[in-house]
Amino acid sequence: MQLTGAQALIRSLEMEGVEVMFGLPGGAILPVYDPLIESSIRHILVRHEQGAGHMAEGYAHATGRPGVAMVTSGPAATNIVTPLCDAYMDSVPIVVITGQVPYAVIGSDAFQECDTLGITMPVTKHNWLVTDAADIPRIVREAFHVATTGRPGPVLIDVPKDISNATMDWYWPEHVDLPGYKPNLKGHPKMIKEAARLVAAARRPVIYAGGGILKARAAEALREFAETTGIPVVTTLMARGAFPDRHPQALGMPGMHGNYTAVTAMQRADLLITLGARFDDRVTGKVSAFAPEAKVIHADVDPAELGKVRRPDVPIVGDCRNVIEGLTKAVRSEYARGERPDLGPWWEQIRRWQAEHPVRYEQHEEGPLKPQFCIEMLRDHTPEDTIVVSGVGQHQMWASQLWRFDHPYTWVNSGGLATMGFAVPAAIGAKVGKPERMVWAIDGDGCFQMTAQELVTATAERIPVKVAILNNAYLGMVRQWQELFYEERYSEVYLSPDLPDYVRWAEAMGCVGFRVEHAEDVVPTIEKANEIDDRPVVIDFRVDYREKVYPMVPAGASNDDIILGPETDRPGGR
Amino acid sequence: MNVNGVQHHILSVLVENRFGVLSRVAGLFSRRGYNIYSLAVSPTEDERYSRMTIVVDGESAPIEQVTKQLNKLIPVIKINELPAADAVERELMLVTVRADGAFRSQVTELASIFEAKILDVGYEAMTLMVAGAPDKLDAMTELLAPFGIVELQRTGRIALPKLSREPSKLKLVRTKGA
Repeated sequence: MQLTGAQALIRSLEMEGVEVMFGLPGGAILPVYDPLIESSIRHILVRHEQGAGHMAEGYAHATGRPGVAMVTSGPAATNIVTPLCDAYMDSVPIVVITGQVPYAVIGSDAFQECDTLGITMPVTKHNWLVTDAADIPRIVREAFHVATTGRPGPVLIDVPKDISNATMDWYWPEHVDLPGYKPNLKGHPKMIKEAARLVAAARRPVIYAGGGILKARAAEALREFAETTGIPVVTTLMARGAFPDRHPQALGMPGMHGNYTAVTAMQRADLLITLGARFDDRVTGKVSAFAPEAKVIHADVDPAELGKVRRPDVPIVGDCRNVIEGLTKAVRSEYARGERPDLGPWWEQIRRWQAEHPVRYEQHEEGPLKPQFCIEMLRDHTPEDTIVVSGVGQHQMWASQLWRFDHPYTWVNSGGLATMGFAVPAAIGAKVGKPERMVWAIDGDGCFQMTAQELVTATAERIPVKVAILNNAYLGMVRQWQELFYEERYSEVYLSPDLPDYVRWAEAMGCVGFRVEHAEDVVPTIEKANEIDDRPVVIDFRVDYREKVYPMVPAGASNDDIILGPETDRPGGR
Repeated sequence: MNVNGVQHHILSVLVENRFGVLSRVAGLFSRRGYNIYSLAVSPTEDERYSRMTIVVDGESAPIEQVTKQLNKLIPVIKINELPAADAVERELMLVTVRADGAFRSQVTELASIFEAKILDVGYEAMTLMVAGAPDKLDAMTELLAPFGIVELQRTGRIALPKLSREPSKLKLVRTKGA
């Protein structure tokens, strides 16, 4: 059967099981948009290509399936670089297809030409420039394979316009043949055994669970391991939901804005069981002062993570689920041989920390509305399996601290790259992937202004996401740093609460808009918003701009120098 | 940087012979802040693959990280890490040096000591070719400098592992026509 390159591309996407893609057409990708009309694939027309990329990410986060975005060449390709980089940092499987000028004129500075391959090389797991229409099915197959296996990540296929128009004999490759790509998933039994020995000997162990748990669909395995060993679990920003927050062994989030107990338990630990985490600087603080007494077990599917920041005592290359299941078994046999330390004193210490240093804030009845209160009310008045999507900044940290994540894949955020403007499009992508679930974006006013136009997409495509803007009229996190570390010299952080008028803006985009200024209106408004299911909703919460995120470990400081709050604005430590 | 001392490492990297691969490798080095000291790319006995011989200094680039990151590139098939002590290294240099009148015989003499070949002779200069271990090329450059070096090019080194002095199983590569 003869197909054009464009038809082969759409056909290949169908073969890969793609049900939905996010995109925006243009010159060089025109041929591919034509066969899309007959395709079973749902296409969601975005208003900016960055939106398409983040929607694909949100979709992938929520479903575990690769998100697909398609845009044209030149400026469209550069517009989607940010989501590619975001997905690269957070290991999110997305497949981006870009149009390219005809192969014959590549390199001539043709209209809307840019070196997409070169620009995206450092922010993709791999990318391809198609030079022959006959290669399309093979490349699509390889692209999905690379994006979704091993350490997942973004890939890009650049398709010149003449290649889309050329014809080829259709085929579908039986298997993928990439001699230079063989992810090691198994986990070396000897290493697992050695790790088990350390687990069975440790008196102050902590499970340091990272986003790799979610990527490997290993939340169940983690829970079994944790319950078998009775070891406390911290879940990083990328792993929120990987272990239920209501579980008695859950310590919550560690790191720069982690809670005191999670941070300090890692600092005092004698063993860190690191599973799919990467010792990010936002978790470790000053690396040389991080968990100084701890031995380290480090399991990751990406061998380059082992020893990159902290040298592990036991490195294990492998898929988190395989490794954790192996570890649970191996630990059981260590226990069977009578090796089992008493974690009682450790837990007593942890419970003391928890009692002494909870994350806290105060909402006075008549006082200004606190952002934390809005998040807690949202948490308490939405279904338990609500998917929470956040932007980047103070609101993100409060959401991660205060939400109670009891299920995996209920938290979607931009961790590594920390891309402001992530929330609205990512929430749309998540809702497309999980239409039966309630999806709330918790956003800041600064973030919202970066990508809000995608709510037009949401209205047009009937994707009823909900957005809570914690409007403090500032670039709040930057303001917080200027207040604490730049002697309150505020430089270019004021945004105004009324400009734009978020309610009218929401309404102009076809959403329902609400404004909340007093604590007593928070819950009734959330309840009203929850009842709307035929269009997006935006709530403009006017919150106290003075509120800061605590605890906080200043950048570059040791985690021992954690600052607990404004009134105890001194190093906490032991 | 101590390239001829113990700190340098030679990575012999087998890659797919496709466009853009050099750019991926070079990009990885620059993105991660590693410094390439020398780089040689050549075809191999199998036309699907090329071999890159990359010399890096172990200080700018933690060699284990470099290797692991390189391994993540999909067109990278195999990496052999050769510590300098376990490798034989060779490099080729072309150098044009001022050699007019009285100095011509001195340059010729130096060339013969270093087993260099005279490729070209002009009115006031000569072009020499010398192959050898990199430090030999360094030494020759140093001795030629007083005459006045006009131009100099080095290929970057290539390397193979040192052979065992004990009996061992040799694995032969298949070449065309063999």
